[in-house]
Amino acid sequence: MKNQNTVIIDGREIPIEGERNLLEVIRKAGINIPTFCYHSELSVYGACRLCMVDVEGRGLVSSCSTPPEAGMKIRTNTEEIRSMRKITIELLLANHDQNCPTCPKNTMCQLQNLAKNLGIKKVRFKNTAARAPIDDTSLSIVRDPNKCILCGDCVRMCSEVQGVGVIDFAYRGSESMVVPSFKKNLDSVECVYCGQCSRVCPTGALTPKPETDLVWKALDDKKKIVVAQIAPAVRVAIGEMFTLQPGVTTTGQIITALRSMGFDKVFDTSFTADLTVIEEGNEFLQRVIKGEKLPLFTSCCPAWVKFAEQYYPGYLKNLSSCRSPQQMFGSLTKEMLSMELGVKKEDIVVVSIMPCTAKKYEAKRPEFKKSGVWDIDHVITTQELGTMIGEAGLCFTDLEPGSFDMPFGFKTGGGIIFGNSGGVSEAVLRFVTEKVPGAKTDSYEFTQARGQEGIRELTVTLNGRTVKMAIVNGLGNAKKIMERIKNKEAEYDFVEVMACPGGCIGGAGQPVYHDNRVRGKRTKGLYENDRMLQLHRPQENPYIVELYKKSLEAPGSQKAHNLLHTHYKARKRIFKEGVTISGTSGTTVPLEVSICFGTSCFLKGAQNLLHQILEYIKTVDIADKVEVKASFCFEKCDSGPMIRVGDVVIEHATFDKVRAAMETALAGAHGNK
Amino acid sequence: MRTHELDLDRIKEDYLKKQDKVSRRVIVCAGTGCVANGSLPVYEEFVTTLMKHNIRVAVELKTEEEDVYVSKSGCQGFCQMGPLVTILPERILYTKVKKEDVEEIISATLIGGKAVERLLYTDSNTKKKCKGVNDIQFYKKQHRFVLKECGIIDPEDVNEYIAKDGYRAARKACLEMNAESICKEILDSGLRGRGGGGFPAGRKWDITRVQKNAKKYVICNGDEGDPGAFMDRSVMEGNPHSVIEGMIIASCAIGADEGVVYVRAEYPLAVKRMRKAVLDANKIGILGKNIFGSEHSFTLNVMEGAGAFVCGEETAMIASIEGKRGMPSPKPPFPAQSGLWGKPTVINNVETLATVPLIIKMGAKEYRKLGTAGSPGTKTFALTGHVVNTGLIEVPFGTTLREIVNNIAGGVTDDKGMISNEGFKAVQIGGPSGGCLVDEHLDLAMDFDSLKKAGAMVGSGGLVVMNKRTCMVSIARFFMQFTQNESCGKCVLCREGTKQLLNLLDDIIEGRATDETLALLEQLAYAVQKGSLCGLGKTAPNPVLSTLKYFRKEYEAHIKDKYCPTGQCKALAKFSINAAQCKGCTLCARKCPVGAISGEKAKPHVIDQKKCIKCGACVAACKFGAIGGGAK
Amino acid sequence: MKLRKFQKVCEIIEANDRKSSRLIPILQAVQEEYRYLPEEILTFIATALDISPAKVFGVATFYSHFTLKPKGKYIVRICDGTACHVKGSIKLLDALLAKLKLTAEVNTTSDMMFTVETVSCLGACGLAPAVVINDKVYGQMTPEKVVTVIDGIIEEEKHANTRA
Repeated sequence: MKNQNTVIIDGREIPIEGERNLLEVIRKAGINIPTFCYHSELSVYGACRLCMVDVEGRGLVSSCSTPPEAGMKIRTNTEEIRSMRKITIELLLANHDQNCPTCPKNTMCQLQNLAKNLGIKKVRFKNTAARAPIDDTSLSIVRDPNKCILCGDCVRMCSEVQGVGVIDFAYRGSESMVVPSFKKNLDSVECVYCGQCSRVCPTGALTPKPETDLVWKALDDKKKIVVAQIAPAVRVAIGEMFTLQPGVTTTGQIITALRSMGFDKVFDTSFTADLTVIEEGNEFLQRVIKGEKLPLFTSCCPAWVKFAEQYYPGYLKNLSSCRSPQQMFGSLTKEMLSMELGVKKEDIVVVSIMPCTAKKYEAKRPEFKKSGVWDIDHVITTQELGTMIGEAGLCFTDLEPGSFDMPFGFKTGGGIIFGNSGGVSEAVLRFVTEKVPGAKTDSYEFTQARGQEGIRELTVTLNGRTVKMAIVNGLGNAKKIMERIKNKEAEYDFVEVMACPGGCIGGAGQPVYHDNRVRGKRTKGLYENDRMLQLHRPQENPYIVELYKKSLEAPGSQKAHNLLHTHYKARKRIFKEGVTISGTSGTTVPLEVSICFGTSCFLKGAQNLLHQILEYIKTVDIADKVEVKASFCFEKCDSGPMIRVGDVVIEHATFDKVRAAMETALAGAHGNK
Repeated sequence: MRTHELDLDRIKEDYLKKQDKVSRRVIVCAGTGCVANGSLPVYEEFVTTLMKHNIRVAVELKTEEEDVYVSKSGCQGFCQMGPLVTILPERILYTKVKKEDVEEIISATLIGGKAVERLLYTDSNTKKKCKGVNDIQFYKKQHRFVLKECGIIDPEDVNEYIAKDGYRAARKACLEMNAESICKEILDSGLRGRGGGGFPAGRKWDITRVQKNAKKYVICNGDEGDPGAFMDRSVMEGNPHSVIEGMIIASCAIGADEGVVYVRAEYPLAVKRMRKAVLDANKIGILGKNIFGSEHSFTLNVMEGAGAFVCGEETAMIASIEGKRGMPSPKPPFPAQSGLWGKPTVINNVETLATVPLIIKMGAKEYRKLGTAGSPGTKTFALTGHVVNTGLIEVPFGTTLREIVNNIAGGVTDDKGMISNEGFKAVQIGGPSGGCLVDEHLDLAMDFDSLKKAGAMVGSGGLVVMNKRTCMVSIARFFMQFTQNESCGKCVLCREGTKQLLNLLDDIIEGRATDETLALLEQLAYAVQKGSLCGLGKTAPNPVLSTLKYFRKEYEAHIKDKYCPTGQCKALAKFSINAAQCKGCTLCARKCPVGAISGEKAKPHVIDQKKCIKCGACVAACKFGAIGGGAK
Repeated sequence: MKLRKFQKVCEIIEANDRKSSRLIPILQAVQEEYRYLPEEILTFIATALDISPAKVFGVATFYSHFTLKPKGKYIVRICDGTACHVKGSIKLLDALLAKLKLTAEVNTTSDMMFTVETVSCLGACGLAPAVVINDKVYGQMTPEKVVTVIDGIIEEEKHANTRA
């Protein structure tokens, strides 16, 4: 008996079943060891010191970083441990904003919970921290450093899982803080707005940016027609805010609630998800036939789109030109509804209810504003909707289920599964297998597209042509796939990228959860929704067939293009101007010559070019007319070295090209005088 | 690129031949301390003046016949007396040598053969002149074992190191021993880590040796950050090759082919000397591929720290070498299993590594004759504070505090530097991680285990002697401020805990403490000690706990009586007028900026404590010394 | 001038093989060149090493040796290690701050000539209390002696200026 692979926890014998650390074994035994900095998805950090346990013969160890060994005798709740946990929480509370009732994380905050569970009655330490300003410049996330407990979860999430690394620890000791570089605001750095940092933040230091006030204002305005669209992922998660299990579908209650609050029309984003499948499916087939711009990358995740614009601008032509379902809905609704109801577009207010924080940013991308009218006016998260339901005094679970308005409330199963990672791919497969002659499958389900892993691959054959697909969630995994593609280690025809683990159901706007199994339950919920619908293939959606017949004509048509497609642009990651190498003190506006010193251009000889250009300037004695700058990255890495002379951007720059451009520019300037 | 096969014997022979040709040697100490006091101009002056005298001078040993060889050495440890100049073969030691003295030394000693009396060290007790190190109390009572060549050899001359039988142990390790036998020898010797941990070096090496990984590393921890400690600095400046030799042997023992010497940036001379030593070792083939023609290869890189005390902790040092913030990681996994870049790594202190070649040469059994059974060998200490002789010393484990303070250090001094009969109040040992020793420990045979039992620790070897005028609460606060400043900020207990401990100590020192303060201080101190992530946090409360143990009454005086018994804490100074001495001249009352002093002319005056702001203006004004109670 | 320094940065990065693990030696070398770490240069280094600027900022602000603010020509470091503290280093600090009209927060003179800081331990404990000005160590200082040294430097600078 004793030789078995077991440990003894508080007197009970518990088997070791491959757990990485004591913490997981102890939790399996039903003892909830408190932690802040431990996350099964992130690397072990060991900073919060709450998970200490007593191991006989070794003393106090942190259970998150100690591997279990057979025969260990562990005690989780000695007086010493309790006392130390209390002191740790007291120390954190001493420097924390203790205004819980007004905090967005009220009742959902782990620090608050622990203070309650550990029976903290008094904080015996003084506040030593200076008050830091709140950063609410970002469209998606609010950063309140006064509530940060420096657990580092956000840092590791952004860096390890999402591969971006926009925030990190800075300074040292009691001056430590989690900040973007140079303490800049979130809107001035390369944040992609995925919000996963706020998802793992145990306190109210990082939270999604609220917009409910604006929505209430619109609802109260009698002159406005307020329209709601509900994303698939919302309906299987919002119930968690009202004591229902994750994965329980509450679509009907949501619709009734929205109507009670004053929404004039309630539609389903799954409708435009179906539409996206048609447009994107067609786009994909075109590309396969022509053999160009493959792989096709999905574009419905705005965090992924910004990520691609920042880090892989060379592949922007591969992104599907389709808008996301949210944005398709916005432009379609404003166009169709204004005609149908005979109202001005500016009097229609479209509100999206999304599981996502990046959608708030997507809605405000400049290309989604037509003649001064936004396609989407406001985006609220699942959490915000829950708050509004509470504000309206509605007893959510008691509401009579309602139904969507038509025509934008009808969907097939293909549209609904968009909320899961692999959903878009599966939906597209349901479309293309019917479109391509001889490829139709008996079942509408493509379970190979489903699963929890971050990178999944599958192959299908369409009329003899093998199509390789990759399904990715988590931007760090997207980075891996991109590197594989860049290095020609792998070849795909279709790549689906979702920034959030598990897909949209794991979005940062979803109700706060601490158990990763919640995601699996939400995923299951959506597939159940799919099963229960009568139609599963997007092309069968009669309202969509009607839409094409009546207005859009055909997928990819000019009309479809105007309303349903978009374009992308390479983005500078760093918003600073660059380093001035040789400035002028002249009074005339100098000609600016910018040389890209990004990695790729550097390797292609940017430094040599700089030298030659400076020599040239000296020789021809135009130092007072030219200002040379080193820029951070033109994001056209395939075409390097990149040099900009005035307004002209030169790709594959050589010294001769640059000199010619400089001569032209200076001559032109002269001529104009 | 080696041009010839590495032949230690031939190098030694060559060097000794050259050395024989020289009749006299002048060694000018060029350790940081003496350089600060101006030893480099002294060195220059020797060279130029000797040439003026038409004496054949060598600054480097060549084959021609030279009369006098003038060389620089590393720290000799007697920094207070620098610049130090040693004359061989007479072994005369001159102290506080100035540029202007050089001429006299040359004519009197080098030419005339007589010592210059006024430059010799005077024993503070006997008042007798001491000719050389063997006569000086400070040196006589030491056992300079690891430090033997520091202060003699030219640290920038690898040939001299070899002439003194350097690198023979490395050769033995590479050619005659295998990994297992090396580990066993070090394990048998009982060598314990000299950085503070006291972990058996042989065991650490053995654990690393058995890890199955083709890539392993050896790291030398030269990040000696303890304020008041300069042992490692002296070894790196004075005998850098001993460290390299130790690392080569370690690399053979565990199977590593790459090493890093991490030196704190505040030691620019040590960095320079280590870099030069590595360069020279590479040149003659002691580092690189197939050392001594064996299968073993080992390369070294010297990395400079960037000003973070916490990087002395091994996992933090590893993070720093990897280009990250120097924040520690939880252990397990230990560096022996997963260290630099996730590979098995041995990290040893400078002194530990410098001891290794000596052990391999003399054998474990012989080594064990030094020191105590539980702590064999010697330990260097940086002796500072209120004593006559401060400096770097080396004694065998088992030496008592009495021997160090009274014999080597020459006794306790008062604030003016004069010998005091009061004895010391406490000796802080182990720097900011350590505890204090008091009178009852005077005859404690100091080693790792006995000190641990007494609630202190050897630490890196800082020994600060404090006289009776020292406020122990203030000392605890001083160390806490240091640790708090250096905390990396990762774990809650250290980051917030040390800050709050500092606040509580400030409350005590500034008179704001209440009855709860002491209990809270203790409770918090234990929590930080037990729960912190790394050694910095775990040992940060030691000075507090240690001073509380022995000087609780002093804390209580600060808290209950709002009074500092030594008068050091300005905020608690209580100025009072001695009625017997007061002449009633009213000068103090007039000087007082807040009108706290009252009294009639020619009658004793009185200070209203409630109004007094403790500025001390009255004390300065009183011509009769009638006002006392303030900090001096 | 700017060009030479910027080229030096490129050279430093190349000499370190553009490895992100060499970030600290790179920052040390760059600071040697600029006497501090300018924001644009740090951002450039991040791009060149392919790591996020936040990470570089995090490393640059962790270590005491790195400074993101320009320092004076003469950096006066007063050792506040145990031995020096016990021998009165704080009095030296007070004297210097008073002499140069500085405070703990504003510790660089407006003419960018002097920066005064405290340092944990220089390892010159036998010479306590010790002061380092740039690379020169001054031992057994008193408040009067250290002010004299500063006066000497001020004089020297004046002469250098009049000569130039």
